[in-house]
Formats: sequence, C-alpha cells, structure tokens
Amino acid sequence: MSRALHDVANGTLFGVALNYQGLLNQRIAEFEQAPYQKPPLKPVLFIKTPNTRNGHDGSVVQPTGERLQPGPALGVVIGKSASRVSVENAMAHVAGYTIVNEFSLPEDSYYRPAVKAKCRDGFCALGPELVGRDQIDNPNQLSLKLFVNGELRQQNSTANWVRDIPQLIAEISEFMTLHEGDVLITGTPEGRVDVQPGDTVEVEISGLGRLVNHIKAEELS
Amino acid sequence: MKHARIRFEGAVHQVLVEAQNAVRLADGRLLAEDQVEWLPPATGSMFALGLNYADHAAELAFTPPTEPLAFIKSRGTYTGHNQVTWRPDNVAYMHYECELVAVIGKPARNVKRADALDYLAGYTVCNDYAIRDYLENYYRPNLRVKNRDATTPVGPWIVDVADVPDPSNLKLRTWINGELRQEGSTKDMIFDIPYLIEYLSSFMTLQPGDMIATGTPEGLADVVPGDEVIVEVEGVGRLVNRIVSEAQFFSAGKEA
Repeated sequence: MSRALHDVANGTLFGVALNYQGLLNQRIAEFEQAPYQKPPLKPVLFIKTPNTRNGHDGSVVQPTGERLQPGPALGVVIGKSASRVSVENAMAHVAGYTIVNEFSLPEDSYYRPAVKAKCRDGFCALGPELVGRDQIDNPNQLSLKLFVNGELRQQNSTANWVRDIPQLIAEISEFMTLHEGDVLITGTPEGRVDVQPGDTVEVEISGLGRLVNHIKAEELS
Repeated sequence: MKHARIRFEGAVHQVLVEAQNAVRLADGRLLAEDQVEWLPPATGSMFALGLNYADHAAELAFTPPTEPLAFIKSRGTYTGHNQVTWRPDNVAYMHYECELVAVIGKPARNVKRADALDYLAGYTVCNDYAIRDYLENYYRPNLRVKNRDATTPVGPWIVDVADVPDPSNLKLRTWINGELRQEGSTKDMIFDIPYLIEYLSSFMTLQPGDMIATGTPEGLADVVPGDEVIVEVEGVGRLVNRIVSEAQFFSAGKEA
C-alpha cells in the first residue's frame, strides 16, 4: 500500500454485498424463499476486520481445503465524517478512491454474517494508491477487470451498481457515522472465480490503476 | 486491578480504578467517578455472539447453534460507562443485552482452548442493544440492528484475568430504572470463552484490543427514552447507560 493511501485510509473497512444488479438478479428467486423471505430492503453490509488489511503486491494465503475467490471492487475513502448526510451532499465526504480486492471464501448463503468467509488475515487488499475524488469524472461508469495470471476472468462496470456512492453514504450514515479514513467497499460483481497458490491476481479499474496480489499456499505450522 | 480509559479536561487517560470507582491518573491525581467521561476501555473489533445461551435461543424461537454465530462490531458503535444511547423514532422494540466480554491482550492465532486465557487482557461488560425492527435475513443480525452509533455501551473498565477466577460461573443482571429485568449465569453459555478463542483464532488472528462479547441470557425487554439501563456481570463491572430520543441525541451533536 502506498504511504499516502495507508495514512489516509486507516479506518474501518465496510463492505456492501449484493450491490451489483447481475448478482442480485441471479439470486432474486431464492431470496423470496426461506430463510430470506424477501429481497433485502437496505444495503447488505459487512465489516472486514483490520487483520484483513493487505496491500499492493502483497500475498494472500489460500486456507488449506478451502476455495479462495478474489473480489474486485471500487473502494471509496471517506475524507470527512458523514453522519446523516443527504444524497446531494454525500460526495463532499469522499476523499477519493482506491482499488479493493475483497477476498472471500464462496458464499452459498447470505443468511448469517460471513466472518469465516471474509475476515481471514490478508483478505482485503487495497491499492495501489489513493486517487482523489476530483480525478474521477464519473464513478458510475468505471470498468472493473480481474486478471488471473494475465488472463481476463471477470469484468463488469460500476454502471451496474444497485446503489451508487451517494445513495450508499446517505443510507448508511442514517444509523452509523462513516468516519474520516473509513473505506466503503462498493461490492463485487457476479462471477467470482477460484484462484490457486502460485496465481497472480490483478484488479484493474479505469483511472485507478492495477492492484496486484500473489496467492500462496498455507504453511503448516 | 481495573484499568479504564477516560477523558478529563479534553485529554484521554489510561487510569486505574480504585474504591468508589475513583480513578487514578498516571500523574497521581485521584478523580471521582462523576468527574470524568468514561470511554470504552478497548476499541478493537468486537466479535459478538448470537444465541449463545440456550434459554435465550429458545426465547427467540431458535434451535441452539452447533457452531458459534458471531457478528462483528466496529468502534463507532461503542460508548462508555454513564453515557447515552439513542432509540430511533418509530420503532417498536429496542432491547438491551447484558454480556460478559473477553478482551484480547496479544495476537492470537491457532490458540488451543487450554492456552486461551493466556491471550486475554481481561474482562469487561457490554450492553449489546438491538433494534429488532431493523432485522433482515441477510447477514443476520445486520449492522443496522447492531452497529449503530453509540449503541454498544462497553465498560466501565477491564478487570484483570487473575481477578476473575471462574468466568464460567458469573451472574449477569440487568435493571431498568432500578427494577431487575434480566438475570442469568455465564454457566449457561453454550460456547465458553476458551472455545470461542480457539474457534475464531483457527481462521484469523485476533488482535490486542479485540473483544469477544459472549452473548446474553433470556429476559429481554423494551427500553424507551428516559430509561436508565444498568447491566452488571458479577465480579467484572456494572455499566450504566441512559436512553435518549433520536432528536435529543442528534441535537447534542453526540457521536461515538
């Protein structure tokens, strides 16, 4: 992680699940059934604990016997604490953007908090750097690409978000303050792929560069 | 010994707690309980347990879990002893949850149950309030229910591990406006603290300052603005909180 990014984005990492229309639509029929009963009304949120922090060029360990999946996402770095801000004023609270690779084990179910799937050491890479808010003209039109060993494996566009950044900030800050330095991970699109030890994983977002990580096998102690 | 974190005259201090909850600053000054602003004694991630008492699981019409049900809280939801928590307007059910909290003292990874207590800084108490109106069946219990600003009182202090010889036999009690409303014992926990440390550290590294809130027994009730809510864990601490309205909270510009 670059020094500037590390210094600024030092708060809580909040993730938004099911924030791509394609991912939500894939499961919408299931979400009408038990245990969900109905589709989500509010943003579906999770926390990546500080032990998950990782940086550009960092290694990510595949837990033995588990499937590991990268999660390309746009990260929004909060620049000014946001409590109960309107959609109209939300962007004034954003310092800038970075790329996030939100690693996870596969999620078969969204019913219970995904601590075991998402909170493992090194499972949240951020980088390569912080790009100021004014340097990105339209965050709703960014292409996300995931490369594994140079091969394009997943791609989507932030145009397909369920909620855009102002909507997320407004709805979340209604009940909890987004503090300066917090990072809002705006979701991973459908089509997560499995990666293996030895793989090089890169996430590219237009205007933000490429975030590179290396998958390693777990060392038995 | 009891270790607290307080704010006094604009500065944050690590203090020792003495008789009558007076606090001793590093420079030797002794301040009364009501002279200081009590802060949460730890600010790491909180791993809070759902349905970790068989009686409470039954109360909520759930089968007790076979694997711990943990959810995560972040520091913005914590508040200290003698502070206020807000009840949102137009909700039907906001309840307290009295819980024993284990505070991690050093990085813990792949820790076995037998060694688990070596990784603790001590114990504290939390009141894990929930707004049940906001439950949805996604990552349940969701952040809108459990990670609201200033809605998790923690404290008043951390008590040393050695001062709590048997954490699995402590009485938990909650009073609303002086009336006893919840009573249970940590002996009825489904997954105890050593088990939870082994479980969590089997897949991640617990960090110093992280907390494990071990769940609450049966006996929940609604709380409304004006209520004084006290949660107590025998031999650990007695944590006081007052409920205010949404308008009162936000007009005071109060933020965790």
